[in-house]
Amino acid sequence: MKDFWRNFSRNRGAVVGLVVLVAVLILAVLAPVLYPGSPWDMAGMPFAPPGEEGMLLGTDSLGRDVAAGIAHGARVSLLVGAVSTVAALAIGVSLGAIAGYLGGLVDDLVMRFTEFFQTIPSFVLAILLVAIFTPSIASIVFAIAVVSWPPVARVVRAEFLSLRSREFVQASEVLGKSRLSIVVGDILPNALSPIVVLSSLMVASAILLESALSFLGLGDPNMMSWGFLIGSGRSVIRMAWWMSVFPGIAIFLTVLSLNLVGEGLSDALNPRLARNRGGKP
Amino acid sequence: MELSKLPGYLLGRLVKAAIVILAIVVCNFFLIHAAPGDPASIIAGQSGAADARFLEQLRAQFGLDQPLYVQLWIYLKGVLTLDLGFSHRQQVAVASLLWDRLPATLLLTGAAFVFALSVGVAMGALAALRVGTWGDSIITVLALTFYATPLFWVGLMLVLLFSVTLEWLPSFGMASVGVELHGFAVVLDVAKHLLLPALTLGLFYVAVYARLSRATMLEVADQDFVKTARAKGVPEGRILRRHILRNALLPIITFAGIQAGQLIGGSILVETVFAWPGIGRLAFEALLARDYQVLMGVFFCTSVMVVLFNLITDLLYAVVDPRVEVSA
Repeated sequence: MKDFWRNFSRNRGAVVGLVVLVAVLILAVLAPVLYPGSPWDMAGMPFAPPGEEGMLLGTDSLGRDVAAGIAHGARVSLLVGAVSTVAALAIGVSLGAIAGYLGGLVDDLVMRFTEFFQTIPSFVLAILLVAIFTPSIASIVFAIAVVSWPPVARVVRAEFLSLRSREFVQASEVLGKSRLSIVVGDILPNALSPIVVLSSLMVASAILLESALSFLGLGDPNMMSWGFLIGSGRSVIRMAWWMSVFPGIAIFLTVLSLNLVGEGLSDALNPRLARNRGGKP
Repeated sequence: MELSKLPGYLLGRLVKAAIVILAIVVCNFFLIHAAPGDPASIIAGQSGAADARFLEQLRAQFGLDQPLYVQLWIYLKGVLTLDLGFSHRQQVAVASLLWDRLPATLLLTGAAFVFALSVGVAMGALAALRVGTWGDSIITVLALTFYATPLFWVGLMLVLLFSVTLEWLPSFGMASVGVELHGFAVVLDVAKHLLLPALTLGLFYVAVYARLSRATMLEVADQDFVKTARAKGVPEGRILRRHILRNALLPIITFAGIQAGQLIGGSILVETVFAWPGIGRLAFEALLARDYQVLMGVFFCTSVMVVLFNLITDLLYAVVDPRVEVSA
């Protein structure tokens, strides 16, 4: 654990990323305290520029506080990012484990299935899924999970392929352990580090996907989100630049910090790889 | 690859492409049935736009009172004859709607792709030549930035800068409204409108290709044949162009094929921001109207585009690289 922190903190970008991420988390947790009441309620004059009327980041076309929207939106973004990543991991890890452990025909079938999902335009599929199952947090999480599991399956499969013929696995087989307990108890713990790295990147791309969906008007109609804020600022950008600029910065900072943390995790979990990196990525 | 093996390889790829497209059609079919509510009203476009007689007609047409496999067969037959259904909202066949919008999307994605590939590879090559300098770090920073920025927001910020503040470029549509233009002026007008959307869509991939080509060029530059060329006294410029760049391009081609789907997905957002009259804008309009028939058509059409694009990159790869296995 100490080693982990040393390696992680050697990557300065990752530390900055972690600090920003924690700040966003605090903002999300404190949103109801900082901005009590619904972010959908009118708080001042419509189209008040930042700093005027006591509105730090201005108001939108209906006089809603943009800063309150961003604070409450942080909750939705982080929630959707985390939950849909867990869901995608569940699909990807189980399919990848099955393919990598069993091999042969099953492996072939699962990989063709994975390739299919990697070929089709995933964002279009996500739009279609959310639209057909009517926009809600549940359908958004479902759609994001459906389009983002394939990389997990590929990584897990590759790990399982290389681990399943190792001696410690053979030993467990000789001991008469069941397949399930070998997969879950012996192989999976050894395949965790690439999964951990991948999942921080997946949270980042899930947040981007959610913002794109809600920008198109496919957000949960009861939840304030960053993409929705930008979407509602789109048509009035000539009058009120602040409506689309600030929520975008929020998305950018959150996603950037997640990517940086991902790189730091990758360095910390594969120290050998990080040291070799030098000039090359 | 030996030319005699090319037809077999091609046939294999074509079969694979056909299976993918078939799977997408089946996927569309089950989506209609998985959706909550009456399939007929979903096909028609929800929220009561369709009258009872039209729904009856749809039920008969899609055989909704018959077993599922019969319905699937009817649906498949329709799609295979390029009958993608009818948009009740717009009173036009979905296929003809898509056909009208296709050129604009192809122009946009094509321009963005060429821009991203040329600028990205050039930047990657520069970074590879000067490893560890500030020029090299700029690429890393650019890549990190564009990986983290939502595409639609980049578009809005470009509009804010170039259209609202500087008033240099139009932010809306594909051609000026209310002006009569002829000949070259038309091309220039469209190019002006194209600039911002293509830039928006391309910027992310500039970063991607720059990173990728930097990595592959460094890898190729380490190999023996490059040292041999240098030992022979081949000039550096020629080594870079003929020996390094040419070999480094192969992984980039593959990668471009893989990313085609994302490029087209991104065009939905960009077309929405810039009101570019392509398939993406059509998808957005269909979303607003809850016109699912059109949305499924968009999904089908974009998937076919991706599959075709993959087919082209596979072919290109096989022709360029003689080592590609025929069975691959």
